[in-house]
This record gives sequence, structure tokens and C-alpha cells, in this order.
Amino acid sequence: MDILSLFVVVPVLTIIALVFAKGLKQARLVSMVGSMVQLGMAINLVFAYFKERAINDGIMVFTKDFVWFEQFNIHYAIGVDGISVALLLLTAIVVLAGVFISWKMPDLPKEFFISLLILATGVYGFFISIDLFTMFVFYEIAVIPMYLLIGIWGSGPKEYSAMKLTLMLMGASAVLLVGVLGIYFNSNADGGALTFNILEIAQVNIPIEAQKLFFPLTFVGFAVLGALFPFHTWSPDGHASAPTAVSMLHAGVLMKLGGYGVFRIAMFLLPAGAVHWSWFFIILAAIGVVYGAFGAIRQTDLKYINAYASVSHLGLVLFALLTLNKIAWNGAIIQSLSHGLLTAMFFALIGMIYGRTHTRDIHKLGGLMKVLPFIGAIYVITGMAYLGLPGFSGFVAEMNIFVGSFQNPDMFHRVLTILAVSSIVVTAVYILRLVGKIMMGPLANEEFKDLPKATWFEKAGILLLLIPIVAMGVAPLWLSDMIMASLEPFIKGVL
Amino acid sequence: MDFSSFLLMRQEIILLAIILLLLVAEIFIPKNKKSSIVHLAIFLFGIHTAVGFFALNECSIFGGSFQTNNLIHFFKNVLNIGVFILLLQSADWIQEKIVTQNKGIEFFILLFSSLLGMYFMISSGDFLMFYIGLELSTLPVAALAAYETSKRISSESGIKLILSAGLASGVSLFGISLLYATSGSIFFHDIIGAISANNLTILGFILFFSGLSFKISLVPFHFWTADVYEGAPISVASYLSVISKGAAVFILMILLFTIFKPLMHVWENMVYVIAIATMFIGNLFAIRQQNMKRFLAFSSIAQAGFILLGLISGTQLGTATVVYFVMIYIFSNLAAFGVVQAISSKTGKENMNDYEGLYRTNPKLSLVMLLALFSLAGIPPVAGFFGKFFLFTAAASEGYYLLVFLAVVNVTISLYYYLLVVRAMFLRKGENPIPFFKNKLYMRLGLIITVIGIVVLGLYSPLYEYIYELSSIYN
Repeated sequence: MDILSLFVVVPVLTIIALVFAKGLKQARLVSMVGSMVQLGMAINLVFAYFKERAINDGIMVFTKDFVWFEQFNIHYAIGVDGISVALLLLTAIVVLAGVFISWKMPDLPKEFFISLLILATGVYGFFISIDLFTMFVFYEIAVIPMYLLIGIWGSGPKEYSAMKLTLMLMGASAVLLVGVLGIYFNSNADGGALTFNILEIAQVNIPIEAQKLFFPLTFVGFAVLGALFPFHTWSPDGHASAPTAVSMLHAGVLMKLGGYGVFRIAMFLLPAGAVHWSWFFIILAAIGVVYGAFGAIRQTDLKYINAYASVSHLGLVLFALLTLNKIAWNGAIIQSLSHGLLTAMFFALIGMIYGRTHTRDIHKLGGLMKVLPFIGAIYVITGMAYLGLPGFSGFVAEMNIFVGSFQNPDMFHRVLTILAVSSIVVTAVYILRLVGKIMMGPLANEEFKDLPKATWFEKAGILLLLIPIVAMGVAPLWLSDMIMASLEPFIKGVL
Repeated sequence: MDFSSFLLMRQEIILLAIILLLLVAEIFIPKNKKSSIVHLAIFLFGIHTAVGFFALNECSIFGGSFQTNNLIHFFKNVLNIGVFILLLQSADWIQEKIVTQNKGIEFFILLFSSLLGMYFMISSGDFLMFYIGLELSTLPVAALAAYETSKRISSESGIKLILSAGLASGVSLFGISLLYATSGSIFFHDIIGAISANNLTILGFILFFSGLSFKISLVPFHFWTADVYEGAPISVASYLSVISKGAAVFILMILLFTIFKPLMHVWENMVYVIAIATMFIGNLFAIRQQNMKRFLAFSSIAQAGFILLGLISGTQLGTATVVYFVMIYIFSNLAAFGVVQAISSKTGKENMNDYEGLYRTNPKLSLVMLLALFSLAGIPPVAGFFGKFFLFTAAASEGYYLLVFLAVVNVTISLYYYLLVVRAMFLRKGENPIPFFKNKLYMRLGLIITVIGIVVLGLYSPLYEYIYELSSIYN
């Protein structure tokens, strides 16, 4: 078994083991072991990648290729570059943290962990695929369990949120399908055979007209999952209704599929289309950045605040990708990783607070620092990292993005950059206000006096997320190197 | 004609023998052992299905009015498997409700006769054989639809089916006579050379097409579908929606790709419009349905619309994808109908809100339903996704991107109502959920086969390659 296919095989084996597990205790134990193995594999992959990179200068390394549907030239083709390695590591971290956070899942625990791991399988498979068809299959596998996860274990208007989220995301993937078919049927433009293989298609000069036609379909298909401005509405409702671990996994990992897909498929395979359309989508992305930030100010529900903040921060990822600048791209990838960790952390903390106080309304919370010192302290740290304080991952990402996007010398890009930068101020407003309101000040409710302290599994989940946040902040270069080297093939297309 | 060429009709002959055998068996089986008829019928049909897998030569006998080739033979096998699953799923119902009224044997005879008609229809080499097959496949089903004589709604559905089917076959026959008038022959291979796009031929073609559209329940010939499905016994509705529809799609495809190939510029546009109308109307009407049979009726109308996307390409790829999709559709829809059948025969409940909380009481049954619905909706990794993706690929290969776009919009709409059933089964707890019950052996076997089909057919790629190879004859 090769090093990459294991990322699909191990979760599948975990799922099979879960089918035979009985009760919550066995289910969570199996899931924890499975996720730990995944994390070990992901860390191992990072080292193996550096070693392999030294001797192999292909775009993708560890490539494997098996014919699947010969007549359509569909292959099970896998391979990774620095970007996908980093995202695989992020996925493994968040999945394990998610398992820890759902340690006490009262209702249908087995089914919950199975759905969670199906989602994880889809995400892993998506990041290792270099065949459009296989990638699309994994994409849908990752999205569909959300319906059950939110619908069964969620809270609030969960049926509505689950349906809205599923339909919007599957609708987007349906649009994406047209784009994928369009790319496929133009992949013989240079006289070769039709192919789904990304690396082969990237060599082909797809006709400009076709690129202009199919870029928006492919872009929107992925960007909906990345919460592109007018199509972001599934995200706040979905996140607010989802159970904690699902919010973590969804905002932390699943939404990254959007940005990754935009980059790897839409922009890499249709570079002329990207150049042609970038002005339009960058406006939408910039609106998303500012709109999300202002939206977060107005919310009073902790989860909604975080969901709108995600819209803003992921808007920044799309914004950076569309500036077509290498430094900004580097920032976009780091922002994806950083946001994945931070937002997962936030949702985990919100879940813990909600589990104890049974409210997410900020007006009913206050002074929690006194009764929950550990959770409170981590909350403040995460908040600081979120608003881009140096020393944490958020700063590195945003710095890169804005430096990169400001390098575009024209007025249009600079105005938009300034607009997007202003979101940092707004972010600071809502984060600081939030921290002040719910952590500091007098205790809002006498009943909060004897809230239980954080348990070991909660601390384990939190530390798992906190370590990489700090590591990325203080030592960003190794990550940056890994990503920068992989951006080279992308930049050739758009220049 | 010697005996060996007679054996080329092996499938038909064996089925006919089974029908006759069952007629005789009726006389010899004592009154108190009537329920053994079900075992006998399933056993015989199982053998028939197994024998079908032996290879058969290509041939054309009776002066060209009966023809068969590997693809046709393969498709007959698919139909056999479908009917076999259907028999397994309805065995309990037949034993409990039908045999006790002492009309078990007729059920099988009518069902098999209809299947025999389908064999002749898809093997036909001239319009006469085609028409006989069409009638033979339709008339017994009308009797079957009215089988639950104690229910008024069942008789109503029988009458509705036979009246609309009669009208449709009349229209179709008129079309055939016009085609005969312009081409001077009823043999397909003569017509291929003689057909040209004059007005009378086109009129004949359109009338003929309408008659077949009725069987596939394409819009605007779909009005009978929901009412008949609702009134008919579930196994009959299931038969109508999978076997009957599958066979009709198959023969329509063969005729469009062979004798009507010169008229392609005409039927391309027709199929384009009808595909859009069928998908939208089927899907939009399905959203409001509460009764599971009506729900599946509209869903199957919408699925027929998707099938047209493969038809429109008119290529080998189109043939292969349509056959592949129909095969997957048979398994998926049989799984869905099977669950409805199981629940209905235990509790008599057929409405969607009766399914609330089903997962907590009957997890296995709900999972089968979930897989079936996901397959119908086209969600990976189950087979329906591959079927649909390939159909869309076939349409896109001829540049119908707009049509594919409208189709994927419809996939999203269809996902909504399929998820409504999932919502009822999984998300809701229900005040009065269906209590746990155990299915009998036949039903369990029927559901297991469909589940294996749903999971394996898509992931196992050699099967598709095999169909693609077979399809080369209609290139």
C-alpha cells in the first residue's frame, strides 16, 4: 500500500471497525485510534515529502496511477505537492480534535462517528487526488454526510439548516460537474486523448473561448464551498445548527476544499479564464471579506459570530487567490491552514461554553474567565490569533496576503486591497468586544459559579489545535518554503 | 428452419415453457398446498435467469422479424434479474393476499406473459413483431394493476392503464401504418434504406414516438403514471416503473439509432425539449407527494428525463450509457420499491410521514432505503452517481452543455425530495414510528441483491466496459 492511499484506506477501515463497535465507549475509542493513526501518517508524510522533494522535482510526488474506467480514461490517480501535504496535516489534526470534543456523544454515537469519518475520508481523498473524476467523487462523499450530521445531532432549526446547506453545496457541485465535463472534452485540444488527469490537462492549451466559458462554472462550483459572497448563506445557518465537532470539521477542513479546488482546478487548468474573470470574482470576494466582518459585529449568537467571521476570513483566501500573485497565494494557503485551526478552536471552545452554560447568547454570558480559567485563557489567545496578532498563525497569513496583493500596481487592485485590509480593524472590534463581554467583567449569572472545569479530553483537543497555531506563528518559514516551491507551476499559467 | 436456429429463441421458449408448466401445475397442486406455487414459480424463474447467462449467437430468424444480438441478450438478462428480484420482494405479499384468494398462479402467468412480450418487443425485426410484443407486454399488466379486486382504487388503476395504453398503442399503430405507406415495408432493414425526411414520414415517426413515450411516461404522456402506480399493487407499480420502462427505453433507443437515424435532425430537437420538460415536471411534482408510490412515480418520470440525455447523443457512448444507467436504475428503484413493499405489507402504511423515526426502529430497512435514494439522486459512491455522470458525459460529448446544465439543476431539485424521505427516516423521531419487524427470507434476499447491485455496479468498472463493447453494433 502506498503512502497516500493509506489516507483513504485507514478511515475506511476505521468505519468498518465502527460498524462492529457497541455503544459510545467502543465507538469513541475506535475513532480515536483511527484518527491518531491518521495524524501519525500525516506527520510522517510531511517528513517523507521533504525527503522526496530533495530528489524529485515533479509537480506532484508520490504519484500512483490505476486505470478505473478505461473507456472514459478515468483513473484513480493520486499525488501530492506541498499544498496538499499541508492540508492533509490540517485535516488529520482537526479530525482528531473533533473526536476528542465529541467524547460524550449521547445520541446514536456509532452513527455519529461513522458519518464523521465518511466526511474525513472524502476530504482526504479529495486532497490526494489528481484525477478530476476521482476528485469529484470524493468531493461529494465529503459533502453529503453533513446532512445527517447536522440534521440528526444538530440544534436549533437543524432540519432547515441541514437542507439548505446540502442543497446549496450539492447544487454547486452540480454546476461544477458541467465545468468538469467542459474541461474534459477540451482536454484533447492539442491532439491527445481525452483525459481527466490534472497534470496532463495542465499541459494542454485549452482554447481561450472554452476557458472563458467554463472558468466561472468551475470557480463558482468550488467557491460556494469556500463561502463566496452571494452564495455564503448556507454557512452561518449550517454552522450554528451543527454539533460542535461538525462545525469544527466543516469550517476547519471542509470549507478548505473550496479554496483548494478553486486553486487546483479552476485556476490551474483554466489560467486564461482566471485572468479573464478575476476582476469580477475579486470584487465579490472583497465584498465577502468586508460583509462577513460587519455581519459578525451584528450577531449575538457565538456560533453565528464565528460563522460570519469565517465568511470574512475565507473571503480573504479567495481574494488572495484572485490577485494572481505568488506571495498572496502563499498567504492564501497559510490563511487556509490558520483559519482551519483557529475556527476549529473557536467552535470547540463555544461548544464547551455552551455545554456548560446552555446558552450561546453573548448578552447572557459574562465573567467566564473567573469560573473557567483554562477555557477563558485559550479563548483570549485564540481571539488574539484570529485578529492577526504577531506570533500567531493569523498574522503570517494576512501579512503575506496584503503584501502580495498590494504588489499589483493598478488602482483597481490597490483600492480593493485597502478595502479588504479594513476588515482587520472590524475583526479587532468584534473579537475584542466579544472577549470583553463574555470573559471579563462581572459574572453574568449566579448559576455559572460552579461550572465544571475542562476535562482531559477537552484539554487534549484544545492543545492539539493550539500547538500548530503557535508553531505556525513563530516558525512560519518551513511551511512557507514547502508551499512556495509548489506554487511555481501555477504562476506560469497566469503570467 | 432447423432445430438449432429455433434454439436461438431460447429465452422466449424457456419462459413460455414456464408459463405452460405453471398452468398445468395449478391442476395438480392440492388445495391446501397452494402456497407452494410461489416457491415453484420463483424456483423456475431463478433457473430461467441463470440459464440466460449462457452465451447466445447473433441471429435473425423468421425472415428477419425476430433478431437477437449480444446487447439484446444482455438486456434480457438484466430484465430477468429485475423480475427475479421483484418476485422475491413480492413473494410474501402474494402468499398472504393473493394465494388465499386462490389466484396466485394467474399472477405469475400474467407477469411472465408481459415479460415475454417485452422479449419479443426488444428482439423485433419488423413492426409487426414489435406491435405484438408491445401489446403482449401491456395488456397483462393492466389485469395485474386491477389485481386487488377488493380495493376500488386498484380497479380504477387497471381501467386507467388499459384505456390510456389502448389509446397510445392505437396512435403508435397509426404511426407505423404511415411509415409503411412511405417506405413500403415493415421490416426494419428495408426501412433503413427507404426512410427520408418527408413530412408524412416525420408525422408517422412522431405518432410512433408518442406511443412509446407513453410506456416510458415521458412528458406530456405521463398523466396516467402516478394514478396507476398509486392504485396498483406495489409489485405491479414496481414492475411498471422498472421493467416495463426499461424495456421500452431500450427498444426506443435501438429504433432511434438504427431506422430513424436519417431523421436524427428531427428527433434531436424533440428529445431535447421533451427531456427538459420531463425532468422539470417529474421533479417539481415529486416535491409535493406524500404517498410513497406517487412519490416514486414522479421520481421515475424524472429519471426517464435523465435517460433522454444519453439518447440524444446518438452514439455508441450514448447506447452504452443508457443501458448502463437503466440497469442501475432497475436495481435502485427496486430497492426503494422493495422497502415500500416490506413496510406496506406489514403495516399497510404508505405515506412519507409514517416513515418518521424508521431508523430507530428498523435501521437496516432504512439504510437500504437510504442507499436506494442516494443512488436515485446520484450521490457517490453508490452506482447511481456513475450512471448519471456517464449519461451527462454522453450528452456533453455532443456539445449539449446547456442541456447538461439544466439536468444538473434537476439533480439538485431531485436531491431535495429524496432528502425529504431521509429526513423522515433519520432526522425525525416520530410520535408513532413503525415498530420493529423482521422480514421473511425472500424479502431479505430481494433487498440484499439490490443493495449489492447498488454498491457494486458503479465501482466495478469492467461491467461498464463490457456494455460499451456490446454497444458497438449500434454505432
